[in-house]
Amino acid sequence: MSPSPTVAPAIELIGIDKKFGAVHANKNINLTVAKGSIHGIIGENGAGKSTLMSILYGFYQADGGAIRINGKDTVIHDSQAAITAGIGMVHQHFMLVENFSVLENVILGVEGGALLGRGVSDARSALKRLEADYGLEVDPDAIIEELPVGLQQRVEILKALYRGAEILILDEPTGVLTPAEADHLFRILGVLRDQGKTIILITHKLREIMAITDTVSVMRRGEMVATRQTSGTTVEELAELMVGRRVLLRVEKGPAAPSDVVLSVRNLTVKDGRGVTMVDNVSFDVRAGEVVGIAGVAGNGQSELLEAITGIRKPASGEIFIHGQSVTGLDAARLRTLGLGHIPEDRHHMGLVLGFEESENSILGYHREGRYGRGPLLDLDACRDDAKAKIEKYDIRPPNCRLKTANFSGGNQQKIVVAREIEHDPALLVVGQPTRGVDIGAIEFIHRRLIAMRDAGKAVLLVSVELDEIRSLSDRILVMFAGHVVGEKTPDTGEQTLGLMMAGIAA
Amino acid sequence: MENLDIISILGSTIRLSIPLIFTALAGLFTERAGVFDIGLEGKMLFSAFAAAVAAFMTGSPWIGLLAGIAVSVLISLIHGFASITNRGNQIVSGVAINFLASGLTAVLGQAWFSQGGRTPPLSPSARFTEIIFPYANELRDTGFVGRFYANVISGHNVLTYIAFLAVPASWWVLYRTRFGLRLRAVGENPGAVDTAGISVTWLRYRATICAGILCGCSGTYLAIAQSAGFVKDMSAGKGFIALAALIFAKWRPVPVMLACLLFGFLDAFANFMQGKNVPGIGEVPVQIFQALPYVLTCVLLAGFIGVARPPKAGGVPYVKER
Ligand SMILES: Nc1ncnc2c1ncn2[C@@H]1O[C@H](COP(=O)(O)OP(=O)(O)OP(=O)(O)O)[C@@H](O)[C@H]1O
Ligand SMILES: [Mg+2]
Repeated sequence: MSPSPTVAPAIELIGIDKKFGAVHANKNINLTVAKGSIHGIIGENGAGKSTLMSILYGFYQADGGAIRINGKDTVIHDSQAAITAGIGMVHQHFMLVENFSVLENVILGVEGGALLGRGVSDARSALKRLEADYGLEVDPDAIIEELPVGLQQRVEILKALYRGAEILILDEPTGVLTPAEADHLFRILGVLRDQGKTIILITHKLREIMAITDTVSVMRRGEMVATRQTSGTTVEELAELMVGRRVLLRVEKGPAAPSDVVLSVRNLTVKDGRGVTMVDNVSFDVRAGEVVGIAGVAGNGQSELLEAITGIRKPASGEIFIHGQSVTGLDAARLRTLGLGHIPEDRHHMGLVLGFEESENSILGYHREGRYGRGPLLDLDACRDDAKAKIEKYDIRPPNCRLKTANFSGGNQQKIVVAREIEHDPALLVVGQPTRGVDIGAIEFIHRRLIAMRDAGKAVLLVSVELDEIRSLSDRILVMFAGHVVGEKTPDTGEQTLGLMMAGIAA
Repeated sequence: MENLDIISILGSTIRLSIPLIFTALAGLFTERAGVFDIGLEGKMLFSAFAAAVAAFMTGSPWIGLLAGIAVSVLISLIHGFASITNRGNQIVSGVAINFLASGLTAVLGQAWFSQGGRTPPLSPSARFTEIIFPYANELRDTGFVGRFYANVISGHNVLTYIAFLAVPASWWVLYRTRFGLRLRAVGENPGAVDTAGISVTWLRYRATICAGILCGCSGTYLAIAQSAGFVKDMSAGKGFIALAALIFAKWRPVPVMLACLLFGFLDAFANFMQGKNVPGIGEVPVQIFQALPYVLTCVLLAGFIGVARPPKAGGVPYVKER
């Protein structure tokens, strides 16, 4: 047999169409992915990337169109069919059973027999081999909910590889990863590609696209608008293709004019639920008219610091002042009346009630205020008018304040929270990971709003694991490591220096 | 207290716990699979009625048991159809089953037998009767161990022993089989099960069928083992006590058995205390004892055994596309 001159593409999507009720999520999409390549897919929030991939994985059923895998027409009516066709997927929101062990999650669906005994021990040795081959170390007996997200993601990848996936789909895998974890992931993806596996990578970070993909496709509002060789394109071109206009990739801002101290933290110590000290004797100030950024690798106490300042967690010791008034231990509702706005790190856990209408979420936390109702009753018209104004101003899509919040894409959900907190015009805005999972158009927008807050004389405290974001927005940078503030730097400090400080190596 | 007869209280503890154990295990299967089952009470009642009628017609307790199980499985499937296939509200479906059971059994009983909603009394051969273990009668009067053997270990009907076997069997199914792994997974995160290529719907149906079988045993026990026929509303809230036991036991099989034994004991103790004087207090209304399982559940859950974390996806129909 002579080798065929052309290898059939690993994936061909032909005319895929999908509607969710009134939302046309995928419009006649065509996509071809070559075998043994890394193919990036980018697009704004709600462009339909996750939907398209979920159709390929059999999670959703397309309304029309065909799928060809390795040149063969394949009907994928459920995930089992996708797995059989050699497709594995790491979902944007992990599909793990949180109170199961790693091993149990990996074997779920491929237990190798009606009884667990033998299959489990086989899986254990297979996992060992996969770990060794790809540097995917994780304790097979660890319980998922006790693992950091980076490791949870590893479990998802192991799940796919254990099922023998030849095509691996990763939906925004780096959204929750630290830069070091992301680098590690990319090394693994590189190894997988070199072994001939095909990888589809969805991300909002164009830098990652440029660094690792071979080809890249751009989606906009349900349509596939372009496909490029990565080597033949630029970040600017991709950004423009995505958003449909030129995007400023750098934040423009003038010098800060800091004035009075708004937030003052003194000798703050915070323990987490298990009694471990996460924030250790931390002191700093944030003045009106400046952005103070807190840099650090996730898990070094930033979350607990935010929770203490915003009244979600009682500090173990130390004091917090707003405008010189002690607010230590006050609850979140009280703090809001004192001029604190809070964009929480995790919009699903803290920022939104997903079952609520958009209009309800857009006043949540401020619903007791006079303008939204009288006495115990809400004035729904006032709420909805207010929500509509925010939707307009923040370009939240789809522009429908009666839609259930769960039906908005991740980036638009984030905009709902940002709009609510900024429009309330707080004197102090505490922001955690404001652009996690958000597309570049929206990032540009959110960054501009934060700078506008600063220029309007508000104090902004920003926590982010994105070093770029910290450096481009902050006027001063505090670096946190192991619960301590290990140093204060100016935003022009090099990435290297900050990186070393974040790793606890230099001060 | 006059002659506190610990042995006879323990004997009736066993008898009163059996329907609780069956029913709570039934609830364990559905709720671990993410389907709330408020209708346990109704399923018990339906199957009690069916078992009594079938045993009366055929004279065979085993056919009674089969009928009890068949009807209970049927009702489970209806609950499944409403809450799994049609994604209805699981609580509403369960409550509807309870109402239906209470009304329909009484009406049918009256229509068929004209005895005020009862079924005709069964002869001993149509019932599950006591099994006397070897030497039980000889040992009956030989001290504590002998009496314990004769009255607590021996002297129960076959369903009692099946119930105690059902506990380790349920544990084994849940924790040692593929079905059990998937069942526990689907109650926590149906998305994980779905993306693993397993049908969420079929899995949940199988869980409700398991529940139907166990509930069928429970109802049968009430009608043709513990009693000699069906009496209107004879489940008397046991389905709800079983739910309390389930929460109390944090949805785990062996603790479920212990919780049911505890509640059975309280019940037996309440019966024993009826009409008796407590020194220094006098006669205590029996309702106080009857309320104890509920009070105990609340108090213990509130403070002593920590949070009972229900299966995460419990009560929520699995909907992918909104
Ligand atoms: N299960 C669902 N039911 C109804 N509508 C949905 C569902 N999933 C997605 N949508 C809608 O379909 C559109 C496309 O969503 P999708 O999640 O595919 O976007 P995305 O490109 O992955 O966005 P993001 O970058 O925010 O993850 C959105 O408008 C979203 O609101
Ligand atoms: Mg997505």
